[in-house]
Amino acid sequence: MSFVKELTKGIIKENPIFVIVLGMCPTLATSTSVNNAIGMGMAATFVLVCSNIFISLIKNITPDKIRIPVYVVVIASFVSIVDMSMAAYVPALHKSLGLFIPLIVVNCIILGRAEAFANKNNVLNSIADGVGMGLGFTLALTVVATIREILGNGTWLNIKVMPNTYDPMLITLLAPGAFITLGFLMALMNMLKEKK
Amino acid sequence: MKDKYIVSSAPHFHDKTTVKNVMWNVVIALSPALVFAVYYWGFRSLLLTLLGAVSAVVTEAAIQKMRKVPISVADGSAFLTGMLLSYNINPGAPWWMPIMGSVFAIAVGKQVFGGLGNNPVNPALLGRAFLLASWPSLMTSGWLKPKTGSLSGLNDLDAIAINLQSLSPKAYDLVTGATPLKVVQTLRDSSFVASINGNGEGINLANRIFTNITEMAALKNLFWGNIGGCIGEVSAFALLLGAAYLLYKNIIEWRIPLFYLGTVFVLTAVFGPIKGSGYSPMLPFFHIFSGGLMLGAFFMATDYTTTPLTKNGRIIFAIGCGLLTVVIRLVGGYPEGVSYSILFMNVMTPLIDKLTMPKPFGRIKK
Repeated sequence: MSFVKELTKGIIKENPIFVIVLGMCPTLATSTSVNNAIGMGMAATFVLVCSNIFISLIKNITPDKIRIPVYVVVIASFVSIVDMSMAAYVPALHKSLGLFIPLIVVNCIILGRAEAFANKNNVLNSIADGVGMGLGFTLALTVVATIREILGNGTWLNIKVMPNTYDPMLITLLAPGAFITLGFLMALMNMLKEKK
Repeated sequence: MKDKYIVSSAPHFHDKTTVKNVMWNVVIALSPALVFAVYYWGFRSLLLTLLGAVSAVVTEAAIQKMRKVPISVADGSAFLTGMLLSYNINPGAPWWMPIMGSVFAIAVGKQVFGGLGNNPVNPALLGRAFLLASWPSLMTSGWLKPKTGSLSGLNDLDAIAINLQSLSPKAYDLVTGATPLKVVQTLRDSSFVASINGNGEGINLANRIFTNITEMAALKNLFWGNIGGCIGEVSAFALLLGAAYLLYKNIIEWRIPLFYLGTVFVLTAVFGPIKGSGYSPMLPFFHIFSGGLMLGAFFMATDYTTTPLTKNGRIIFAIGCGLLTVVIRLVGGYPEGVSYSILFMNVMTPLIDKLTMPKPFGRIKK
Protein backbone atom coordinates (compact mmCIF):
# COMPACT_ATOMS: atom_id res chain seq x y z
CA MET A 1 0.00 0.00 0.00
CA SER A 2 2.54 2.57 1.08
CA PHE A 3 4.86 1.42 -1.71
CA VAL A 4 2.29 2.45 -4.33
CA LYS A 5 1.67 5.72 -2.53
CA GLU A 6 5.38 6.58 -2.43
CA LEU A 7 5.64 5.67 -6.09
CA THR A 8 2.82 7.85 -7.37
CA LYS A 9 3.14 10.92 -5.16
CA GLY A 10 6.10 12.28 -7.12
CA ILE A 11 4.24 12.34 -10.41
CA ILE A 12 1.50 14.87 -9.70
CA LYS A 13 0.82 15.51 -6.02
CA GLU A 14 4.40 16.22 -5.00
CA ASN A 15 5.87 16.86 -8.42
CA PRO A 16 9.46 17.97 -7.77
CA ILE A 17 9.27 20.83 -10.29
CA PHE A 18 5.71 22.15 -10.27
CA VAL A 19 4.93 21.60 -6.60
CA ILE A 20 8.16 21.34 -4.59
CA VAL A 21 9.98 23.70 -7.03
CA LEU A 22 13.35 21.97 -6.80
CA GLY A 23 15.94 21.48 -9.51
CA MET A 24 15.14 24.71 -11.34
CA CYS A 25 18.57 25.04 -12.90
CA PRO A 26 18.49 21.87 -15.06
CA THR A 27 14.81 22.50 -15.78
CA LEU A 28 15.46 25.91 -17.26
CA ALA A 29 18.63 24.89 -19.05
CA THR A 30 17.80 21.53 -20.56
CA SER A 31 14.16 21.96 -21.50
CA THR A 32 14.93 23.61 -24.85
CA SER A 33 14.17 20.38 -26.69
CA VAL A 34 12.18 17.26 -25.85
CA ASN A 35 15.17 15.10 -26.69
CA ASN A 36 17.36 16.86 -24.11
CA ALA A 37 14.57 16.87 -21.56
CA ILE A 38 14.02 13.12 -21.73
CA GLY A 39 17.78 12.46 -21.63
CA MET A 40 18.22 14.71 -18.63
CA GLY A 41 15.19 13.23 -16.89
CA MET A 42 16.41 9.67 -17.42
CA ALA A 43 19.93 10.46 -16.22
CA ALA A 44 18.61 12.19 -13.11
CA THR A 45 16.15 9.36 -12.44
CA PHE A 46 18.91 6.77 -12.57
CA VAL A 47 21.08 8.74 -10.16
CA LEU A 48 18.11 9.44 -7.91
CA VAL A 49 17.05 5.79 -7.62
CA CYS A 50 20.60 4.52 -7.07
CA SER A 51 21.52 7.17 -4.53
CA ASN A 52 18.23 6.64 -2.70
CA ILE A 53 18.94 2.90 -2.40
CA PHE A 54 22.50 3.43 -1.26
CA ILE A 55 21.75 6.18 1.23
CA SER A 56 18.89 4.20 2.67
CA LEU A 57 21.22 1.22 3.11
CA ILE A 58 23.93 3.19 4.90
CA LYS A 59 21.61 5.42 6.91
CA ASN A 60 22.35 3.63 10.18
CA ILE A 61 26.12 3.88 9.89
CA THR A 62 26.27 7.46 8.54
CA PRO A 63 27.39 9.90 11.26
CA ASP A 64 24.83 12.68 11.43
CA LYS A 65 27.38 15.51 11.39
CA ILE A 66 28.96 14.56 8.08
CA ARG A 67 25.90 13.19 6.32
CA ILE A 68 25.84 15.84 3.57
CA PRO A 69 29.41 15.13 2.39
CA VAL A 70 28.59 11.43 2.50
CA TYR A 71 25.52 11.97 0.32
CA VAL A 72 27.51 14.05 -2.13
CA VAL A 73 30.15 11.31 -2.45
CA VAL A 74 27.44 8.72 -3.09
CA ILE A 75 25.62 10.89 -5.60
CA ALA A 76 28.84 11.92 -7.35
CA SER A 77 29.80 8.27 -7.83
CA PHE A 78 26.54 7.54 -9.65
CA VAL A 79 26.78 10.75 -11.65
CA SER A 80 30.23 9.69 -12.83
CA ILE A 81 28.77 6.38 -13.97
CA VAL A 82 25.98 8.15 -15.87
CA ASP A 83 28.39 10.69 -17.33
CA MET A 84 30.80 8.09 -18.65
CA SER A 85 28.07 5.73 -19.94
CA MET A 86 26.35 8.54 -21.77
CA ALA A 87 29.63 9.69 -23.28
CA ALA A 88 30.18 6.15 -24.49
CA TYR A 89 26.71 5.17 -25.76
CA VAL A 90 24.86 8.41 -26.58
CA PRO A 91 27.65 10.88 -27.40
CA ALA A 92 25.35 13.30 -29.25
CA LEU A 93 22.98 13.67 -26.31
CA HIS A 94 25.93 13.82 -23.92
CA LYS A 95 27.39 16.66 -25.92
CA SER A 96 24.18 18.66 -26.11
CA LEU A 97 23.52 18.32 -22.37
CA GLY A 98 27.15 19.21 -21.72
CA LEU A 99 27.85 20.62 -18.28
CA PHE A 100 24.42 19.71 -16.95
CA ILE A 101 25.29 16.01 -16.59
CA PRO A 102 28.09 16.59 -14.04
CA LEU A 103 25.86 19.20 -12.41
CA ILE A 104 23.37 16.47 -11.45
CA VAL A 105 25.67 16.09 -8.42
CA VAL A 106 24.29 19.32 -6.99
CA ASN A 107 20.73 18.78 -8.23
CA CYS A 108 18.45 19.82 -5.38
CA ILE A 109 15.94 17.05 -6.07
CA ILE A 110 18.49 14.29 -5.49
CA LEU A 111 20.05 15.81 -2.41
CA GLY A 112 16.60 16.81 -1.20
CA ARG A 113 15.20 13.28 -1.49
CA ALA A 114 18.29 11.85 0.20
CA GLU A 115 17.90 14.22 3.12
CA ALA A 116 14.12 14.22 3.34
CA PHE A 117 13.28 10.64 2.48
CA ALA A 118 16.01 8.04 1.95
CA ASN A 119 17.74 8.54 5.28
CA LYS A 120 14.49 7.99 7.17
CA ASN A 121 12.89 5.15 5.19
CA ASN A 122 13.62 1.56 4.22
CA VAL A 123 15.12 0.51 0.91
CA LEU A 124 11.89 -0.53 -0.78
CA ASN A 125 10.13 2.74 -0.08
CA SER A 126 13.25 4.67 -1.09
CA ILE A 127 13.23 2.95 -4.46
CA ALA A 128 9.56 3.84 -4.92
CA ASP A 129 10.27 7.44 -3.93
CA GLY A 130 13.23 7.67 -6.30
CA VAL A 131 11.31 6.20 -9.25
CA GLY A 132 8.28 8.39 -8.61
CA MET A 133 10.24 11.60 -8.18
CA GLY A 134 12.42 10.77 -11.16
CA LEU A 135 9.40 10.14 -13.36
CA GLY A 136 7.76 13.32 -12.09
CA PHE A 137 10.91 15.26 -12.95
CA THR A 138 11.13 13.69 -16.41
CA LEU A 139 7.46 14.30 -17.07
CA ALA A 140 7.61 17.94 -16.00
CA LEU A 141 10.76 18.54 -18.05
CA THR A 142 9.11 16.95 -21.08
CA VAL A 143 5.99 19.09 -20.75
CA VAL A 144 8.04 22.29 -20.46
CA ALA A 145 10.27 21.18 -23.34
CA THR A 146 7.28 20.28 -25.52
CA ILE A 147 5.92 23.82 -25.28
CA ARG A 148 9.33 25.40 -25.74
CA GLU A 149 10.38 23.23 -28.66
CA ILE A 150 7.10 23.57 -30.54
CA LEU A 151 6.90 27.36 -30.12
CA GLY A 152 10.60 28.10 -30.39
CA ASN A 153 11.62 25.71 -33.12
CA GLY A 154 8.40 24.45 -34.69
CA THR A 155 9.36 20.84 -33.98
CA TRP A 156 8.63 18.09 -31.45
CA LEU A 157 11.33 15.46 -30.92
CA ASN A 158 12.92 16.91 -34.08
CA ILE A 159 9.77 16.18 -36.11
CA LYS A 160 8.33 19.22 -37.78
CA VAL A 161 4.88 19.91 -36.37
CA MET A 162 4.23 23.53 -37.27
CA PRO A 163 3.39 24.68 -40.81
CA ASN A 164 6.20 26.10 -42.89
CA THR A 165 4.78 29.61 -42.61
CA TYR A 166 5.25 29.53 -38.84
CA ASP A 167 7.93 31.96 -37.75
CA PRO A 168 9.49 30.47 -34.57
CA MET A 169 9.13 32.49 -31.38
CA LEU A 170 12.77 32.53 -30.37
CA ILE A 171 12.15 33.86 -26.88
CA THR A 172 10.80 30.49 -25.73
CA LEU A 173 14.25 29.00 -26.25
CA LEU A 174 15.89 31.72 -24.15
CA ALA A 175 15.93 31.89 -20.35
CA PRO A 176 12.95 34.30 -20.07
CA GLY A 177 10.86 31.94 -22.16
CA ALA A 178 11.70 29.09 -19.78
CA PHE A 179 10.61 31.13 -16.76
CA ILE A 180 7.39 32.26 -18.42
CA THR A 181 6.48 28.74 -19.57
CA LEU A 182 7.22 27.31 -16.13
CA GLY A 183 5.22 30.07 -14.46
CA PHE A 184 2.17 29.44 -16.59
CA LEU A 185 2.38 25.68 -16.07
CA MET A 186 2.61 26.14 -12.30
CA ALA A 187 -0.38 28.48 -12.41
CA LEU A 188 -2.28 25.85 -14.39
CA MET A 189 -1.39 23.16 -11.84
CA ASN A 190 -2.55 25.38 -8.98
CA MET A 191 -5.76 26.19 -10.81
CA LEU A 192 -6.55 22.52 -11.36
CA LYS A 193 -5.73 21.74 -7.75
CA GLU A 194 -8.07 24.44 -6.46
CA LYS A 195 -10.90 23.20 -8.63
CA LYS A 196 -10.71 19.73 -7.13
CA MET B 1 -33.73 66.06 1.68
CA LYS B 2 -31.81 63.15 3.02
CA ASP B 3 -29.07 63.79 0.42
CA LYS B 4 -27.92 66.79 2.40
CA TYR B 5 -26.86 64.76 5.38
CA ILE B 6 -24.38 62.35 3.86
CA VAL B 7 -21.69 61.55 6.39
CA SER B 8 -18.41 60.53 4.84
CA SER B 9 -14.76 60.47 5.73
CA ALA B 10 -12.15 62.74 4.18
CA PRO B 11 -11.19 63.64 1.46
CA HIS B 12 -14.28 65.71 0.69
CA PHE B 13 -12.98 67.51 -2.37
CA HIS B 14 -12.32 65.50 -5.49
CA ASP B 15 -10.50 66.35 -8.66
CA LYS B 16 -12.27 65.44 -11.85
CA THR B 17 -9.25 63.44 -13.05
CA THR B 18 -10.06 59.78 -13.52
CA VAL B 19 -8.12 56.88 -14.97
CA LYS B 20 -10.40 56.96 -17.98
CA ASN B 21 -9.86 60.66 -18.51
CA VAL B 22 -6.08 60.37 -18.30
CA MET B 23 -5.79 57.34 -20.57
CA TRP B 24 -7.97 58.70 -23.38
CA ASN B 25 -6.17 62.04 -23.18
CA VAL B 26 -2.86 60.24 -23.71
CA VAL B 27 -4.41 58.46 -26.69
CA ILE B 28 -5.39 61.87 -28.09
CA ALA B 29 -1.87 63.16 -27.48
CA LEU B 30 -0.42 60.19 -29.36
CA SER B 31 -2.61 60.60 -32.42
CA PRO B 32 -0.59 63.31 -34.25
CA ALA B 33 2.25 60.79 -34.54
CA LEU B 34 -0.17 58.38 -36.20
CA VAL B 35 -1.23 61.06 -38.68
CA PHE B 36 2.42 61.50 -39.64
CA ALA B 37 2.91 57.76 -39.90
CA VAL B 38 -0.07 57.44 -42.24
CA TYR B 39 1.32 60.30 -44.31
CA TYR B 40 4.74 58.68 -44.68
CA TRP B 41 3.82 54.99 -44.96
CA GLY B 42 0.18 54.90 -45.88
CA PHE B 43 -2.76 53.27 -44.15
CA ARG B 44 -0.79 50.17 -43.26
CA SER B 45 0.57 51.94 -40.17
CA LEU B 46 -2.96 52.85 -39.07
CA LEU B 47 -4.07 49.27 -39.60
CA LEU B 48 -1.19 47.84 -37.55
CA THR B 49 -1.85 50.32 -34.75
CA LEU B 50 -5.54 49.44 -34.65
CA LEU B 51 -4.75 45.72 -34.68
CA GLY B 52 -2.45 46.21 -31.70
CA ALA B 53 -4.89 48.37 -29.76
CA VAL B 54 -7.94 46.22 -30.42
CA SER B 55 -6.19 42.96 -29.59
CA ALA B 56 -4.94 44.50 -26.33
CA VAL B 57 -8.51 45.44 -25.42
CA VAL B 58 -9.84 41.98 -26.35
CA THR B 59 -7.07 40.24 -24.37
CA GLU B 60 -7.73 42.37 -21.31
CA ALA B 61 -11.47 41.75 -21.45
CA ALA B 62 -10.99 38.00 -21.92
CA ILE B 63 -8.55 37.70 -19.03
CA GLN B 64 -10.67 39.84 -16.73
CA LYS B 65 -13.65 37.63 -17.53
CA MET B 66 -11.54 34.58 -16.75
CA ARG B 67 -10.33 36.12 -13.48
CA LYS B 68 -13.94 36.99 -12.62
CA VAL B 69 -13.12 40.64 -11.94
CA PRO B 70 -15.04 43.63 -13.38
CA ILE B 71 -14.18 44.22 -17.03
CA SER B 72 -12.54 47.62 -17.18
CA VAL B 73 -11.48 47.96 -20.79
CA ALA B 74 -13.46 51.18 -21.18
CA ASP B 75 -10.85 53.01 -19.09
CA GLY B 76 -8.60 52.97 -22.15
CA SER B 77 -5.49 51.65 -20.42
CA ALA B 78 -5.39 48.49 -22.53
CA PHE B 79 -6.11 50.47 -25.68
CA LEU B 80 -3.22 52.79 -24.82
CA THR B 81 -0.87 49.88 -24.14
CA GLY B 82 -1.74 48.30 -27.47
CA MET B 83 -1.30 51.60 -29.25
CA LEU B 84 2.09 52.27 -27.66
CA LEU B 85 3.20 48.74 -28.47
CA SER B 86 2.24 49.18 -32.11
CA TYR B 87 4.08 52.50 -32.17
CA ASN B 88 7.20 50.50 -31.32
CA ILE B 89 7.13 48.28 -34.35
CA ASN B 90 8.21 48.69 -37.89
CA PRO B 91 5.48 49.79 -40.35
CA GLY B 92 6.62 46.99 -42.64
CA ALA B 93 6.14 44.30 -39.98
CA PRO B 94 3.73 41.42 -40.64
CA TRP B 95 0.16 41.93 -39.46
CA TRP B 96 0.37 39.42 -36.59
CA MET B 97 3.27 41.26 -34.98
CA PRO B 98 1.22 43.91 -33.09
CA ILE B 99 -1.29 41.22 -32.09
CA MET B 100 1.36 38.94 -30.58
CA GLY B 101 3.00 41.89 -28.85
CA SER B 102 -0.27 43.20 -27.41
CA VAL B 103 -1.42 39.82 -26.17
CA PHE B 104 1.93 39.31 -24.43
CA ALA B 105 2.00 42.86 -23.06
CA ILE B 106 -1.47 42.59 -21.53
CA ALA B 107 -1.37 38.95 -20.45
CA VAL B 108 2.17 38.64 -19.11
CA GLY B 109 3.04 42.30 -18.57
CA LYS B 110 -0.12 43.37 -16.83
CA GLN B 111 -2.87 40.89 -15.95
CA VAL B 112 -0.55 38.25 -14.49
CA PHE B 113 0.44 40.78 -11.84
CA GLY B 114 -3.14 41.79 -11.10
CA GLY B 115 -4.05 44.37 -13.72
CA LEU B 116 -3.85 48.14 -13.87
CA GLY B 117 -1.59 49.63 -11.22
CA ASN B 118 0.12 46.37 -10.28
CA ASN B 119 2.46 45.90 -13.20
CA PRO B 120 6.15 46.23 -12.25
CA VAL B 121 7.25 47.35 -15.72
CA ASN B 122 5.65 49.19 -18.59
CA PRO B 123 3.57 46.55 -20.42
CA ALA B 124 4.01 48.11 -23.86
CA LEU B 125 7.79 48.10 -23.52
CA LEU B 126 7.72 44.55 -22.20
CA GLY B 127 5.73 43.62 -25.30
CA ARG B 128 8.36 45.26 -27.46
CA ALA B 129 11.18 43.45 -25.63
CA PHE B 130 9.28 40.19 -26.20
CA LEU B 131 8.93 40.87 -29.92
CA LEU B 132 12.58 41.87 -30.20
CA ALA B 133 13.72 38.68 -28.46
CA SER B 134 11.32 36.48 -30.43
CA TRP B 135 11.66 37.82 -33.96
CA PRO B 136 14.86 39.87 -33.96
CA SER B 137 15.25 39.99 -37.72
CA LEU B 138 11.68 41.13 -38.35
CA MET B 139 12.03 43.83 -35.70
CA THR B 140 15.34 45.29 -36.80
CA SER B 141 15.30 45.10 -40.57
CA GLY B 142 12.99 45.63 -43.50
CA TRP B 143 12.30 49.24 -42.60
CA LEU B 144 9.90 51.05 -44.89
CA LYS B 145 11.19 54.07 -46.71
CA PRO B 146 9.10 57.19 -46.01
CA LYS B 147 7.20 58.35 -49.08
CA THR B 148 9.22 61.52 -49.53
CA GLY B 149 12.64 60.89 -48.01
CA SER B 150 15.35 58.37 -47.31
CA LEU B 151 15.72 55.79 -44.56
CA SER B 152 18.76 57.35 -42.97
CA GLY B 153 17.44 60.89 -43.21
CA LEU B 154 20.26 62.06 -45.46
CA ASN B 155 19.17 64.79 -47.81
CA ASP B 156 20.32 64.73 -51.41
CA LEU B 157 20.88 61.06 -50.91
CA ASP B 158 21.24 60.56 -54.61
CA ALA B 159 24.14 62.94 -54.91
CA ILE B 160 25.97 61.35 -52.00
CA ALA B 161 24.98 57.85 -52.98
CA ILE B 162 26.23 57.98 -56.56
CA ASN B 163 29.49 59.18 -55.20
CA LEU B 164 29.53 56.39 -52.63
CA GLN B 165 28.43 53.60 -54.90
CA SER B 166 31.57 53.91 -56.97
CA LEU B 167 33.75 54.54 -53.94
CA SER B 168 32.47 51.92 -51.50
CA PRO B 169 29.48 49.58 -51.95
CA LYS B 170 29.41 48.87 -48.23
CA ALA B 171 29.03 52.51 -47.30
CA TYR B 172 26.37 52.84 -49.98
CA ASP B 173 24.37 49.97 -48.50
CA LEU B 174 24.66 51.55 -45.09
CA VAL B 175 23.35 55.01 -45.95
CA THR B 176 20.55 53.65 -48.10
CA GLY B 177 19.44 50.71 -45.98
CA ALA B 178 19.59 51.68 -42.31
CA THR B 179 17.88 54.03 -39.89
CA PRO B 180 19.84 57.06 -38.67
CA LEU B 181 20.85 55.51 -35.35
CA LYS B 182 21.95 52.31 -37.05
CA VAL B 183 24.13 54.33 -39.42
CA VAL B 184 25.77 56.14 -36.54
CA GLN B 185 26.23 52.92 -34.59
CA THR B 186 27.83 51.19 -37.55
CA LEU B 187 30.18 54.10 -38.17
CA ARG B 188 31.37 53.70 -34.58
CA ASP B 189 32.50 50.15 -35.37
CA SER B 190 36.16 50.49 -36.28
CA SER B 191 36.31 47.21 -38.19
CA PHE B 192 33.47 48.40 -40.42
CA VAL B 193 35.18 51.73 -40.97
CA ALA B 194 38.41 49.96 -41.89
CA SER B 195 36.53 47.71 -44.32
CA ILE B 196 34.58 50.33 -46.25
CA ASN B 197 37.64 51.48 -48.09
CA GLY B 198 40.90 49.67 -48.45
CA ASN B 199 43.30 52.51 -49.05
CA GLY B 200 43.00 54.23 -45.69
CA GLU B 201 40.15 56.45 -46.78
CA GLY B 202 37.72 54.66 -44.47
CA ILE B 203 37.93 57.16 -41.66
CA ASN B 204 37.47 60.12 -43.98
CA LEU B 205 34.49 58.47 -45.62
CA ALA B 206 32.94 57.57 -42.27
CA ASN B 207 33.43 61.11 -41.07
CA ARG B 208 31.81 62.50 -44.17
CA ILE B 209 28.70 60.38 -43.66
CA PHE B 210 28.73 61.21 -39.96
CA THR B 211 28.90 64.95 -40.59
CA ASN B 212 26.20 64.75 -43.24
CA ILE B 213 23.84 62.91 -40.95
CA THR B 214 24.16 65.48 -38.16
CA GLU B 215 23.88 68.58 -40.29
CA MET B 216 20.85 70.85 -40.33
CA ALA B 217 19.15 69.36 -43.38
CA ALA B 218 19.27 65.83 -41.98
CA LEU B 219 18.12 67.06 -38.56
CA LYS B 220 15.11 68.64 -40.21
CA ASN B 221 14.15 65.22 -41.56
CA LEU B 222 14.56 63.76 -38.08
CA PHE B 223 12.38 66.47 -36.59
CA TRP B 224 9.53 65.99 -39.06
CA GLY B 225 9.95 62.23 -39.17
CA ASN B 226 11.00 61.93 -42.78
CA ILE B 227 13.15 58.88 -42.01
CA GLY B 228 12.85 55.14 -41.53
CA GLY B 229 11.79 53.86 -38.13
CA CYS B 230 8.98 52.52 -36.00
CA ILE B 231 5.40 53.68 -36.58
CA GLY B 232 5.13 56.13 -33.73
CA GLU B 233 8.66 57.22 -33.07
CA VAL B 234 9.80 58.96 -36.22
CA SER B 235 8.25 62.38 -35.99
CA ALA B 236 9.71 64.35 -33.09
CA PHE B 237 7.41 67.21 -34.02
CA ALA B 238 4.20 65.17 -33.70
CA LEU B 239 5.33 63.71 -30.39
CA LEU B 240 6.27 67.12 -29.01
CA LEU B 241 2.86 68.39 -30.02
CA GLY B 242 1.22 65.58 -28.06
CA ALA B 243 3.59 66.10 -25.14
CA ALA B 244 2.72 69.80 -25.00
CA TYR B 245 -0.97 68.84 -24.76
CA LEU B 246 -0.25 66.44 -21.90
CA LEU B 247 1.87 69.01 -20.06
CA TYR B 248 -0.85 71.62 -20.52
CA LYS B 249 -3.46 69.20 -19.21
CA ASN B 250 -1.16 68.44 -16.27
CA ILE B 251 -1.24 64.73 -17.07
CA ILE B 252 2.51 64.28 -17.23
CA GLU B 253 5.07 66.08 -15.17
CA TRP B 254 8.04 67.97 -16.65
CA ARG B 255 10.72 66.41 -14.46
CA ILE B 256 11.14 63.02 -16.13
CA PRO B 257 11.15 64.17 -19.78
CA LEU B 258 13.38 67.16 -19.05
CA PHE B 259 16.00 65.26 -17.09
CA TYR B 260 15.85 62.31 -19.45
CA LEU B 261 16.37 64.41 -22.57
CA GLY B 262 18.86 66.63 -20.73
CA THR B 263 21.01 63.69 -19.66
CA VAL B 264 21.07 62.30 -23.19
CA PHE B 265 21.88 65.76 -24.59
CA VAL B 266 24.81 66.38 -22.27
CA LEU B 267 26.28 62.90 -22.51
CA THR B 268 26.07 62.66 -26.30
CA ALA B 269 27.59 66.14 -26.62
CA VAL B 270 30.60 64.93 -24.66
CA PHE B 271 30.94 61.29 -25.76
CA GLY B 272 29.03 61.28 -29.04
CA PRO B 273 31.63 62.20 -31.70
CA ILE B 274 33.30 59.32 -33.52
CA LYS B 275 37.02 59.00 -34.03
CA GLY B 276 38.34 61.94 -35.98
CA SER B 277 34.98 63.66 -36.48
CA GLY B 278 35.78 66.56 -34.18
CA TYR B 279 33.21 68.44 -32.17
CA SER B 280 29.82 68.79 -33.77
CA PRO B 281 27.38 71.18 -32.07
CA MET B 282 24.44 69.48 -33.78
CA LEU B 283 25.24 65.97 -32.57
CA PRO B 284 23.28 66.11 -29.29
CA PHE B 285 20.24 67.33 -31.24
CA PHE B 286 20.64 64.37 -33.55
CA HIS B 287 20.55 62.05 -30.56
CA ILE B 288 17.51 63.55 -28.86
CA PHE B 289 15.45 63.69 -32.06
CA SER B 290 16.36 60.23 -33.33
CA GLY B 291 15.08 56.81 -32.38
CA GLY B 292 12.37 56.34 -29.79
CA LEU B 293 13.69 58.89 -27.33
CA MET B 294 10.85 61.43 -27.68
CA LEU B 295 8.23 58.69 -27.50
CA GLY B 296 9.97 57.08 -24.54
CA ALA B 297 10.69 60.24 -22.58
CA PHE B 298 7.21 61.77 -22.84
CA PHE B 299 4.89 58.80 -23.11
CA MET B 300 6.60 55.78 -21.57
CA ALA B 301 8.93 57.01 -18.86
CA THR B 302 6.02 59.04 -17.45
CA ASP B 303 3.71 56.08 -16.83
CA TYR B 304 2.23 56.51 -13.34
CA THR B 305 2.46 52.91 -12.20
CA THR B 306 6.04 52.17 -13.05
CA THR B 307 7.85 55.39 -12.17
CA PRO B 308 8.82 56.82 -8.77
CA LEU B 309 6.32 58.81 -6.73
CA THR B 310 8.73 61.28 -5.20
CA LYS B 311 10.05 64.31 -7.06
CA ASN B 312 13.69 63.54 -6.36
CA GLY B 313 13.04 59.94 -7.23
CA ARG B 314 11.75 60.99 -10.63
CA ILE B 315 14.90 62.96 -11.28
CA ILE B 316 17.06 59.96 -10.37
CA PHE B 317 14.84 57.75 -12.55
CA ALA B 318 15.14 60.08 -15.54
CA ILE B 319 18.91 60.50 -15.22
CA GLY B 320 19.25 56.72 -14.96
CA CYS B 321 17.20 56.28 -18.13
CA GLY B 322 19.29 58.86 -19.96
CA LEU B 323 22.55 57.33 -18.84
CA LEU B 324 21.53 53.82 -19.89
CA THR B 325 20.16 55.03 -23.22
CA VAL B 326 23.43 56.74 -24.07
CA VAL B 327 25.50 53.78 -22.89
CA ILE B 328 23.48 51.38 -25.06
CA ARG B 329 23.56 53.70 -28.06
CA LEU B 330 27.26 54.52 -27.90
CA VAL B 331 28.78 51.36 -26.42
CA GLY B 332 26.21 48.55 -26.56
CA GLY B 333 25.27 46.18 -29.34
CA TYR B 334 21.88 47.73 -30.15
CA PRO B 335 21.52 50.97 -32.09
CA GLU B 336 18.74 52.13 -29.75
CA GLY B 337 18.47 51.75 -25.99
CA VAL B 338 15.38 53.69 -24.93
CA SER B 339 13.12 50.69 -24.32
CA TYR B 340 15.64 48.67 -22.34
CA SER B 341 16.74 51.64 -20.26
CA ILE B 342 13.15 52.46 -19.27
CA LEU B 343 12.43 48.81 -18.49
CA PHE B 344 15.55 48.64 -16.33
CA MET B 345 14.68 51.80 -14.43
CA ASN B 346 11.08 50.54 -14.00
CA VAL B 347 12.49 47.62 -12.08
CA MET B 348 14.58 50.02 -9.95
CA THR B 349 11.52 52.16 -9.12
CA PRO B 350 10.55 50.57 -5.77
CA LEU B 351 14.13 50.99 -4.59
CA ILE B 352 14.29 54.63 -5.72
CA ASP B 353 10.98 55.32 -3.99
CA LYS B 354 12.25 53.79 -0.79
CA LEU B 355 15.48 55.79 -0.83
CA THR B 356 13.91 59.14 -1.67
CA MET B 357 10.82 59.04 0.54
CA PRO B 358 10.75 62.42 2.30
CA LYS B 359 11.16 62.37 6.08
CA PRO B 360 8.12 63.66 7.97
CA PHE B 361 8.87 66.94 9.76
CA GLY B 362 10.15 66.43 13.28
CA ARG B 363 10.74 62.73 12.92
CA ILE B 364 13.88 61.43 14.56
CA LYS B 365 15.81 58.75 12.77
CA LYS B 366 16.04 55.59 14.81
